[in-house]
Amino acid sequence: MKKKFILMGLALGLHSAYAQETISPAGPQSKPVFLFGGTIHIGNGKVIENGSIVFDKGKIIAIGTLVPPASASVTTIHLEGKHVYPGIIVPDSDLGLIEFESVRATIDAREVGEMNPSVRSLIAYNTDSKVINTLRSNGILLAQITPKGGIISGTSSVVQLDAWNWEDAAYKTDNGLHFFMPRQSGGGRRGPNGAEAPKTALDQVEGVRTFFREAKAYLQESKHTATNLKFEAMRPLFKKDQKLFIHCDLVKEMLIAIDFAKEFDLDVTIVGGADSWQIADLLKQANISVILNQPHSLPIMQDDDVDQPYKTAAQLQKAGVLYCLSNEGFWQQRNLGFEAGTAATYGLTKEEALSAVTINAAKILGIDKQTGTLEVGKDANITVSDGDLLDMKSSVIIHAFIQGREINLDNKQKQLSEKYHKKYGL
Amino acid sequence: MKKAFEKPGIALLSRCLAYAMNRHRSKLLMLGLLATATYANAQETFPVNGIADPRERCFAFTHATIVKDAQTVLNNATLVIRDGKIIDVGPSASIPKDAVVLDCKGKYIYPSFVDIFSNYGLSDAKKGGSAWNAPPQFLSNTKGPYGWNQAIKSEINAADVFAVDDSKASPLREIGFGTVLTQQQDGIARGTAALVTLATERENTVVLREKAAAGYSFDKGSSTQNYPNSLMGSIALLRQTYLDAQWYKSQTGKEGLNLSLQAWNNNQQLPQIFEVADKWDAIRADKIGDEFGVQYIIKAGGNEYQRINEIAATKATFILPLNFPGAMDVEDPNDARFVSLASMKHWEMAPTEPAAFEKANIPFCLTAADLKDTKQFLANLRKAIEYGLTPAKALEALTKTPATLIKSYDKVGSLETGKLANFLITSGPVFEEKTIIFQNWVQGHKYSLKTDGWNDIRGVYSVTTTPGGTYNVEVKGSVTAPSIAVLQQDTLPGKLEIDGKLVSLSIPLAKNSKSTVRLSGILGATNWEGTGVDTSGNPVKWTASFVKAIPEKTDTKKTNAPTVGPLYFPFNGYGWEKLPQQQDLLIRNATVWTNEKDGVLQNTDVLIRGGKIAQVGKNLPAGNAKVVDGTGKHLSAGIIDEHSHIAISSGVNESSQSVTAEVRIADVVNPEDVNIYRQLSGGVTASHLLHGSANAIGGQSQLIKLRWGQTAEGLKVDNWDPFIKFALGENVKQSNWGDRNTVRFPQTRMGVEQVYVDAFTRAREYDKQGPNKRRDLELDALSEILNHKRFITCHSYVQSEINMLMHVADSFHFRVNTFTHILEGYKVADKMKAHGAGAGTFADWWAYKMEVQDAIPYNAAIMDKVGVITAINSDDAEMARRLNQEAAKTVKYGGLSEEEALKLVTLNPAKLLHMDSRMGSIKVGKDADVVLWTDNPLSIYAKAAVTIVDGVIEFDRDSDLQLRSRIATERNRLIQLMLAEKKKGAPVKKATFVPDEIYHCEDLQGGHQMGIVF
Repeated sequence: MKKKFILMGLALGLHSAYAQETISPAGPQSKPVFLFGGTIHIGNGKVIENGSIVFDKGKIIAIGTLVPPASASVTTIHLEGKHVYPGIIVPDSDLGLIEFESVRATIDAREVGEMNPSVRSLIAYNTDSKVINTLRSNGILLAQITPKGGIISGTSSVVQLDAWNWEDAAYKTDNGLHFFMPRQSGGGRRGPNGAEAPKTALDQVEGVRTFFREAKAYLQESKHTATNLKFEAMRPLFKKDQKLFIHCDLVKEMLIAIDFAKEFDLDVTIVGGADSWQIADLLKQANISVILNQPHSLPIMQDDDVDQPYKTAAQLQKAGVLYCLSNEGFWQQRNLGFEAGTAATYGLTKEEALSAVTINAAKILGIDKQTGTLEVGKDANITVSDGDLLDMKSSVIIHAFIQGREINLDNKQKQLSEKYHKKYGL
Repeated sequence: MKKAFEKPGIALLSRCLAYAMNRHRSKLLMLGLLATATYANAQETFPVNGIADPRERCFAFTHATIVKDAQTVLNNATLVIRDGKIIDVGPSASIPKDAVVLDCKGKYIYPSFVDIFSNYGLSDAKKGGSAWNAPPQFLSNTKGPYGWNQAIKSEINAADVFAVDDSKASPLREIGFGTVLTQQQDGIARGTAALVTLATERENTVVLREKAAAGYSFDKGSSTQNYPNSLMGSIALLRQTYLDAQWYKSQTGKEGLNLSLQAWNNNQQLPQIFEVADKWDAIRADKIGDEFGVQYIIKAGGNEYQRINEIAATKATFILPLNFPGAMDVEDPNDARFVSLASMKHWEMAPTEPAAFEKANIPFCLTAADLKDTKQFLANLRKAIEYGLTPAKALEALTKTPATLIKSYDKVGSLETGKLANFLITSGPVFEEKTIIFQNWVQGHKYSLKTDGWNDIRGVYSVTTTPGGTYNVEVKGSVTAPSIAVLQQDTLPGKLEIDGKLVSLSIPLAKNSKSTVRLSGILGATNWEGTGVDTSGNPVKWTASFVKAIPEKTDTKKTNAPTVGPLYFPFNGYGWEKLPQQQDLLIRNATVWTNEKDGVLQNTDVLIRGGKIAQVGKNLPAGNAKVVDGTGKHLSAGIIDEHSHIAISSGVNESSQSVTAEVRIADVVNPEDVNIYRQLSGGVTASHLLHGSANAIGGQSQLIKLRWGQTAEGLKVDNWDPFIKFALGENVKQSNWGDRNTVRFPQTRMGVEQVYVDAFTRAREYDKQGPNKRRDLELDALSEILNHKRFITCHSYVQSEINMLMHVADSFHFRVNTFTHILEGYKVADKMKAHGAGAGTFADWWAYKMEVQDAIPYNAAIMDKVGVITAINSDDAEMARRLNQEAAKTVKYGGLSEEEALKLVTLNPAKLLHMDSRMGSIKVGKDADVVLWTDNPLSIYAKAAVTIVDGVIEFDRDSDLQLRSRIATERNRLIQLMLAEKKKGAPVKKATFVPDEIYHCEDLQGGHQMGIVF
């Protein structure tokens, strides 16, 4: 209980003398926790006013309007006027792979070479990155760590953000393979440029197709004189134990992605999908999900509706496409909730917007059995905010739990703030 | 009739021989026939190989329709030339005995065209710029006593390096040109241009004027030197060179011989031609000219019709290219998406450019420059005529106007005695589609372009074969490719072939008959005659005599100029057809965030009159004001972005030197950036456009208001204290520029301090120099800082450097007005307050480079609480659209009140920019720059419903919806037109995705530096 008071103190802007720049992960949940009196946003659209939620041994065991027992064996937290949400899930990030964007020594996100299916992000994920704590304190509890170099960049894993090392952090290991499709229409930073660009890009895609066909054929035969690690790494993909994340934005690219899914019978998610609103029905029909490019983007073309990126999520929602929201980079991820807020301003309901950064992401990343909503049996990945989580002026996180463990919401930035508040006597 | 009278191969060979001979032939002995010239026995230095072959080349062209100039047409007139000049012209011109007479009955004779924008006979400029990742080059690598900058090539004279080139001359003669002004099109100052004819003769006779003009541009061409690497740098370099040249002339300089400046000064007496890329550059060039008393002739970019009033105001004469853009391939709708409405509209409207100039009474000439295929010139000219250019104006623009501009109308540009014998013989009015240009004479040398059709043999002939009979044969079809038919009971098609003067005929005698009478003969002056065989193969003799002409069917259908879509201001899908006007507005019953003592007022009205806030209160009478219902909405002052890089053309950084105080964003404001409109939709009303952060002392900045549709000048805020951008830290010391960029001073923060101390020491001493000093634009700007007339906004990150700059400023007795970015401002907030510096920062950015490792989102709140005037700014075109949200983060991080938070993007930036007496709050008398929000402006759920600048509604959601549907309709209309163009077989270009150029602090022209921004 003492620890909890410290944390609450921090959140209220008081200052703890115990704050350290190095923040320890919490120990396992030792006794049941009863959150009581808050507005509970389940994540699936439902809201329970003055609700309660109980979790033990890391799992949610009850949710509703129960009254907490007066027992010392249960930790009760009163949350009247506060809001309770599932933890936000970040898809497609290089969090923990980069510490400073401009310092090469701190960058482990892009391996050299075009076809690297055997490269795995998880082992480079740095649990000691100072950035991670600044995400947790904004309610972000899980993230998909994605390698980003070349065309087939490697395999991502989902991590939880309160860990001693990457083995602890692993939440879903090697959940997907990533295909960064060369830009099929010239222009942009990815893929070829110039007049021949579209043809070159198409040739590159054909190269990937050939690679997949050869890999598939290779895997039909169990004995090989020489082991091909790249092909071996594709085995879970073809067994559908893994998803294929195809990073692309333009319509033709997405059509190619749909075609890939069909030819190889793969579970495909489009990452980016800036123009997905144009083919939402097709995506729905082909059962392709989308990790949508951040709403806080400029429109692609100057004639586009000025609010197009803001409203794309609502268009996908309306068409019934499974989608979640993403954000660029790693440190930027702390604003993912506000990306959802903007999507809510432009057509989503607030609960739909919440789903777009929680349960939808969980479904797409393949972790919806364990997390994504506040439902009995799922991991207690819970965040508690002083006000509306999706609106920055009121989004102040006062508690967060990962697998039932109440995590430390301190971070380096809070500590520096505190240090200088003291200096100026503020 | 496909063969020419003269076989092309032979024609070429004979021409080459003539050329070769001429090069080694003594000049002709001239007879003193001309009153204007007395020729002595013209001797020559060039030896002759073989027998001398002196000729006077006297020709008379009789019975022609002679178009002397665009105003004067002489019917049935004669043109007489001798030795390359016109010696007589008129209906009664006497024909010398030694003249070769050419009957030009039915023909037209025109002065040949003059193109004053050409690089004929010169080599193409090498592609410039330094190699990727090359180490910096600070000074010119031109060898010799020239100036410091390699892009100032005023010492280059085209005549010195000009070489006759028949392969280039011939295509130009084909389209009617006889004379060109040729210039090495390379560099910012390009030296002198030579006036030359397109005769394939020795250079000595072809060059008419050695130095006929001087050329300029904003493009540094083949220069490998770093400076300038932005448009604003090019402008600064030109301005400084004018000043340096004046100083050099005054002989006070002690720098020694400078051939570049010497040539620059000498070139000033010549006509000054400035090549630009587009309408805005034309206006920019003219502005430089105004400053230094030069009226440029401007070679246009092709889109000037979009701003014809502003173009007219330059008072310049223009040289217009006719390289109208081709259609894009929009067949595939997913590709069509990548073609902007603006580019489709330009495709449709580009051919209206010459007509627009004519209509606006702006003098202009035409050039074949920029055409990928020179042959396209006349077709495009006809297109321009179809779109409203009058033929007379077109002729003037190709003859008198260019000749007069380069002071050579005494030589070329019309057909008058004494001028060069440069003329065209055509079959009819020169610009008509059916007209054939038969011959192009240059300096009295004939260049035969086409011989077919010189004689119009069409008509009804009586053909008599002996033995045999007489048949009526009709020769019809086009003049260059006639065909025949025999007129029996049926009209039977026959065959006609003409090769020079030889003719063969094949005449059927009955319908479906397989055998024909086959005749072969010669086209005589009166009759045709020859021999042949009849249908049975028996030999015959034959003659054909002309009976009567076939009346020509005249095309009476008069075609009107095609209708084109409306112009938009700016030329963008979201542009206005008619600029919105300031109006009196009453915003009724809103929640008003005043930013004043009154705080937030509920159910309050705000009256706007004459672009100012006139009244704030309850239940105000509307009078004539338009009422805007604010019920349930919030009204705030417009957002001011203290750090923006939108609306800037061709480079935000002049990154080539550590001190570039001379460059000015004001010179390169781009009022057409769609981000202006997008930011209006996010409630932004003013933006401080900053130079980037690539050097310690960057360029001068510009405050604009987002007046969508105005020109660059119209965007600028008047009576504003000027600012300049400084920068510290990693960018300045090039930490992230790659391993080659390790030589520019400074490479450490220690060096950065010395850059400032040095710069301000030089400025202080410059201030003390007498009135005859060399005016230095860089030191002028620094001197303004020392004299508190210009203010600094400085890119900064870590506390040591922030501290340092305040010390430097203190020691030179000025104040650092604003630290921007200032992510460690929270560490030195007390010192900043003491110094009087303000802060413009990001809400929560960090981790993008080493020097932001201690950046914290509490920064703004801490500085604000300490008493530093603090703003939140964008440095990013996307984030600027939601600066209200960024401000709201200070409520979350640091606990500012909502009212105080909103001030961080409204009143506080106004204070930092010294504009708080006019902007930043809702107070009577201030500018009516306000935003009506759908919700609490600090909430993520708020949208700007209406954005008002100076009492003009610049954005509202309803009009925005209308614009979207207008875009869709207009796009569809133009796509259909482009599809039709493709169907007609016109070449189309594949549409590819070209993202708009968006700038951040660290961006260099044409790309991001190492992929890292901010």
